[in-house]
Formats: sequence, structure tokens, C-alpha cells
Amino acid sequence: MQFKHATIERSAPLLAVLTLITVAIGGLVEIVPLFTIESTIERVQGVRPYSPLELAGRNIYVREGCYVCHSQQIRPMRDEVERYGHYSLAAESMYDRPFQWGSKRTGPDLARVGGKYSNEWHVAHMIDPRSVVPESVMPAYPFLARRPLGAGDIAAHLVANRRLGVPYSDEMIASAAADLAAQADPEADTSDLLKRYPGAVIGDFDGDPKRLTEMDALIAYMQVLGTMVKFQGVTPADLKQ
Amino acid sequence: MELGEIYPLLRSLWTVWFTALFIGLVAWALWPSRREEMRRAARIPLDDQR
Amino acid sequence: MQKASPASPMGYGMDAEQPYIEDVVRAFVAATVFWAVVAFLAGVYIALQLAFPALNLGLEWTTFGRLRPVHTSAAIFAFGGNALIGTSFYVVQRTCRAALWGGPVPAWFVFWGYQLFIVLAALGYVMGYTQSKEYAEPEWYVDLWLTLVWVVYFMIFIGTLIKREEPHIYVANWFYLAFIITVAMLHIVNNLSLPVSIFGAKSYSAFAGVQDALTQWWYGHNAVGFFLTAGFLAIMYYFIPKAAGRPIYSYRLSIIHFWSLIFLYIWAGPHHLHYTALPDWAQTLGMAFSVMLWMPSWGGMINGIMTLSGAWDKLRTDPGLRFSVTAVGFYGMATFEGPVMSIRQVNALSHYTDWTVGHVHSGALGWNAFVTFGALYYLVPVLWKRAGLYSTRLVAWHFWLGTLGIVLYITAMWVSGIMQGLMWRAYDEYGFLQYSFVETVAAMRPFYMIRALGGILFLGGALLMVYNLWRTAQGHVAGQPAARAATVQPAE
Repeated sequence: MQFKHATIERSAPLLAVLTLITVAIGGLVEIVPLFTIESTIERVQGVRPYSPLELAGRNIYVREGCYVCHSQQIRPMRDEVERYGHYSLAAESMYDRPFQWGSKRTGPDLARVGGKYSNEWHVAHMIDPRSVVPESVMPAYPFLARRPLGAGDIAAHLVANRRLGVPYSDEMIASAAADLAAQADPEADTSDLLKRYPGAVIGDFDGDPKRLTEMDALIAYMQVLGTMVKFQGVTPADLKQ
Repeated sequence: MELGEIYPLLRSLWTVWFTALFIGLVAWALWPSRREEMRRAARIPLDDQR
Repeated sequence: MQKASPASPMGYGMDAEQPYIEDVVRAFVAATVFWAVVAFLAGVYIALQLAFPALNLGLEWTTFGRLRPVHTSAAIFAFGGNALIGTSFYVVQRTCRAALWGGPVPAWFVFWGYQLFIVLAALGYVMGYTQSKEYAEPEWYVDLWLTLVWVVYFMIFIGTLIKREEPHIYVANWFYLAFIITVAMLHIVNNLSLPVSIFGAKSYSAFAGVQDALTQWWYGHNAVGFFLTAGFLAIMYYFIPKAAGRPIYSYRLSIIHFWSLIFLYIWAGPHHLHYTALPDWAQTLGMAFSVMLWMPSWGGMINGIMTLSGAWDKLRTDPGLRFSVTAVGFYGMATFEGPVMSIRQVNALSHYTDWTVGHVHSGALGWNAFVTFGALYYLVPVLWKRAGLYSTRLVAWHFWLGTLGIVLYITAMWVSGIMQGLMWRAYDEYGFLQYSFVETVAAMRPFYMIRALGGILFLGGALLMVYNLWRTAQGHVAGQPAARAATVQPAE
């Protein structure tokens, strides 16, 4: 005992090492299995990597700090499921880098906002939230509709994601810039785009077909949120973690 | 899969190990013969000035 | 500062060769005060934005989404971080009876490097460069810079511990060391990411979805545990005994407090993810450890408060000490509320609401800010070699303004949080959801105004402190002619 006393209490490096071991254990035991146990992610169909335009829109969502007020994680309580839809699955955010689950609902949950409102509604709401929801306290984002989407390096974004494990194919990367433009262009031939990114919402999102703006990208992202998994055929066994 | 199977065992082992470690720590801190040393250590900030 | 002879009647302040390095501690104290005002101002502004959305100004740089990280980072990393690094440099020298390892140069590097980190981070948020991980928003280039600064900080701290003259390592240094090491570990793991290009700010997280969420809240919760708890407990374990003039109530309890706190805290993160897509076993683990945490937390609280047993009158005569002791009281309150909120059934109601915001602020304002104010009121006269503070009456005013501000803040958030949680789950007689989401938003408004008022009072108190400390550093004493009071007096 006397020896232990002298060593721990009087040796700074030993104190440092013991502290590090003590604090490392929690992380190792909690986090590591999440990467190795296969059942963490449910076996559901339909989740795909974001299309280039959706990814660019997601980056705007991240940039503006939307997660500060909007969660993207529906809990399995009755009221949440009725208000927002099926509770969120781990599989649905498996390509989200970073995740956007959020921690506060100053505004409503957005995990399944895709398809709930029209593009026109989103544009009006972003430019002046109180024009469509008088009690809203959301900031206005008029500049999104004015600013051209700067996504010349979109292929590099896909490459970075692929290096981290998102299954973007060579073909997806090669056609990233073309896909980005085509998704916001109602005139474009989008059959290849839809083969690569099934269920992507196509159209002129911001009401100005001549320009590709940040508003186009953000709304393209919001319109796909929560729509990838079709819950009709899903069984309880598929949802087991 | 292997990790998934032995995981509950590992977890309960950690609990046992740390309970033992904690009891040892408490015993060490409260051991009567260490009283005087602890009293002196507690005075370190005060003996430095004033 | 000049070198004192070993025969000096006070006999402190020096080891055999080197004087303590105090210039850099003074700089950290000044930075702490400066960033405190910035953090509180930013907080008041974004609180007002929620009550009056026109204050977002329609500009991209001033929206709530971009300013909120400015507020949180200014409060935690700028105000809290400068307080922690500054006091740790002060405490480690005095309790080891040794000057900082490496001399003034590395210490000044840590000072300016850390200020650069803060400015880079804040500029990034306003411009839209963010990783969007709460309390870890700075992008990869800022993270790398902070890592470098932190390594130097660690080397100075452990180097000073190793070269100490005092045989025992005082417990405050244990807490500082745990803070430095754990924050390094959390920072490095949670910020692992791949930049799109070496010339661009944007990066993608190395983790995705549920793994990213757990890593983030392992980080986020332990930023609270090791930055805002362990680090500030070190402040408590030095400055309360010092100001009270008596040793800590139980040194043995402090050792048990240390090991059980650092071991339990690290597991508690998953309570931020109750009922989410995180597997249940991880949620249960997080809840169990959070509830267990209550025990060491209250052990620490009792230890801090009972230090004054037999000297309670000092609370009347030393208003700085009043801050420290009230802070420990708030620590006890917040660390009771925390475990309660980590219970799944309670969390079902509290999560996503203002209740969490109120809880965080009872810790941040009541515990972290108050214990820092207590340390500042002690440190400034000592560091600037003044006999005492400019005005203890102003300290009393600061104390009551601050306390009233906190009370308004947390009660408003309790009411609004619990109310919103209940409104979300309310059903009408036909079995339909009773309230639309936006009705709950409208119901929050009066409470957002009360909260902003609480913040304004807290800010007002802090401004009194700035004035008081400024005059103290100048050598003025309230009610005395400046010329006479300005004579330099030795520290006591």
C-alpha cells in the first residue's frame, strides 16, 4: 500500500497514464461495438448516397446551422410518429457525414419533410418565413435564391465521401457535374440520373429555371429527406437492431 | 459476430473489475495510517503563501 | 516580477532559481474577462433573436444558425478555456513550488495560439465554415491548430508537475491533468475528418450516421464532464481553500471524487440519444452511468461547501468567496438535475425542449461563470499586487444581479421546456394531436423574453465586474483619492 501511494500520487506521468486508461475505457466499450456489431444498422432497402445536387444542398443546410433548431430524428412515441411519420432508423442516416440528428426543436423535426410541402412553399418560406407561417421565429434566407450554386468541385466532394466509405461509383463521380445541373432542369434527360439515384426529386426548385441557385440545392435536399425507405414492405425483423 | 457474442461477458467483467478497483481506491484513500499525509497534502495551497 | 531572496519572510513565490511566470497568467485573466463579455453579449443577442426574429437582420452572417456557435464557443472555449488555462498556470506553479516548464516562451505561445484558435473558429462560423457538430463546430484547419497548441499546453503542465519541489501532487492538479488529457482525446477522435481539398475549408466526418452521433455525444457530454466539470473543479479545489484560508474539508474525499468522476463521466454520453436510432443497450448504459454520476458529483459539492464549516462569516466579508460557494451550490443543483434528465422517461419529455437549455445554463452560468468570477476576484488583486479590490460593494451588486439573472433564465426555461414538451404530446378529446407545432412556438414567446431579460441582468453584472477589476488593476480603491490608493502594495 505504501508503495502504491508513493507511485501514483507522486509520479506525474503515471497519473497521466492511469487517467488516460480510465477515460479511454468508456469510449472503447461503448463506441467500438457500434462499428463492429452488424445489427446496429437495420436491414431496410432504399437508402442510397445523396445525388450531387442533394449533397450540395445538404452542405448548405450544414453551413447555415439548421441543426441548431431542427432535429432529424423522430422518436418512437405516438405523438411524434403521428406528427412527423415513421420513427427514424439508423439506416436512414448511414451516409450522413456528419449526422444531422440535432438536439433541439425550436422548429419542427425535418427527418421526413421530403414531399410534405411544395417547392413553391419552400421558396416563399425561405425568403420570408413569416409570410407563410406568421408565428415563425425562423431567420429569413433571401440570399439563397439570389446566389448561384458554387459547386464546381462537386466531383471532389463525391470522391472525399467515397474515400470514407460512401459507395459512389466511378460513373457517379464522372457524371457528378452533369447530374448536378440536370436535377434542377426540367428539360434535361434524367433517365440516367434516376438510375443512379432512384427517387431523386427533379425539377426547377427555386422558380427560376434559368439559374442554378443555392435555393435549388437546399430544396432538392429537403425534398428527399425521409423518402428513401418505403415502409410498406418492412417487417419488424428488418428493424431489429 | 464474435465480438457481438462475447460482448455481454466483457461488459460484466469490466463491471466486476471496476467495482474491485473502486473499493481498493476507497480503502486506500481512507486507510487510517494515511491520515497525516492527507492532512499535509490538503495544506499545500495554504502553506504556499499567507 | 523581481526575484525574492529565500530568506524573504514570506518565503513563497520562487523556487531556488526561477520566479513564477505571472505575466502570461495576467494575460489569460484579461482574456477571460474580455471573452466573458463577448460570450454573454452574443448570448443575449441570440436570445433576443428568438423573441424578435427581425434581429436576424436578413443577412447571412447574423442568423441564429451562425451566431449560436459563436455564443457557445465564446462561452465554453473562449471564456471557460482562458479561465482554465490561466488558472492552471497559476495553480500548478504555486502548488508545485516551481516555475512553468520551458519558461515564458511556450506559455506565451499557448496564450496567443489559443486566442488565434478562438478568432479563427468564430470567423469561420460567421462565414459559414462549420462541421455542424455541436461544441466541435470548427473545421479541420482550426482543429489541427488547436491540437498543436494543446500539445504544448500539455507539455508545459506535465513538465511543471515533473520538476516540482513539493513531493505530493495537489489534487487540483489531478483535475487539471485529467481535463487536459481527456479533452485532447475527445478532440482528436471526434474531429477525425477528410478535407475535400487541402485548399478548402470543407471536410466530411470520418464517421457517419449513428456512429457519428454516438462519437459526437461521447465528445459533447465529456466536453461538459472534463472541460466544464473536471477543469472547474480544479479551480474549486484551489481557490475555495485559498479564499477561505482553510484546507479542503476532506482531502480523502477529493481523491475518491476524482477517480469516480473521471471513470463514470466518460460513459454517460448516450443519454443525449435516448429513443433515437442508437441501439438500446448503449442508451441503457448511458442512463445507468449518468445516474451513478450523481454520487461523486455531490461528494465534490459537499467537499467544496463544507470547507467553509466554521468560517461561514467569511461569506459576509468576502463577496468573491460568495461567488465560489454559490457556484458549488449550483453545481450540486445541476448535477442532480442532469441524472434526473438522463432517465429515459424524463428525457422523453425534456429532450428537444428548452428544459435542456435551462439545465445547461444553470451549469454554465451558476457553476462555471460564478466559480470563475470568484477566482477572478481573488486573482486580480494578487496578480496586480494590490491590497484588495477596488470595491466590494460592486462585487455584491454583481452577485445579486447575476443570481437574479440566472433565476429568471432557468425558471423561464423550465416552464417553457416542460410546457412545450407537454403541448407536443397533448391529445384532444377526439384523439387528435391538440396543438400544431407552430402553436407551441407562439407559446414560447413570453418565456424567451424573460430569458433574454435574465441574460441582460447577468451581462450587466459582468460589466460591473469588468469596471471593478479594471480599477483594481489600476490600483484604485473606491472612496479613496486615486493618488494615494495607487501606491503599490505587496500582495498578501
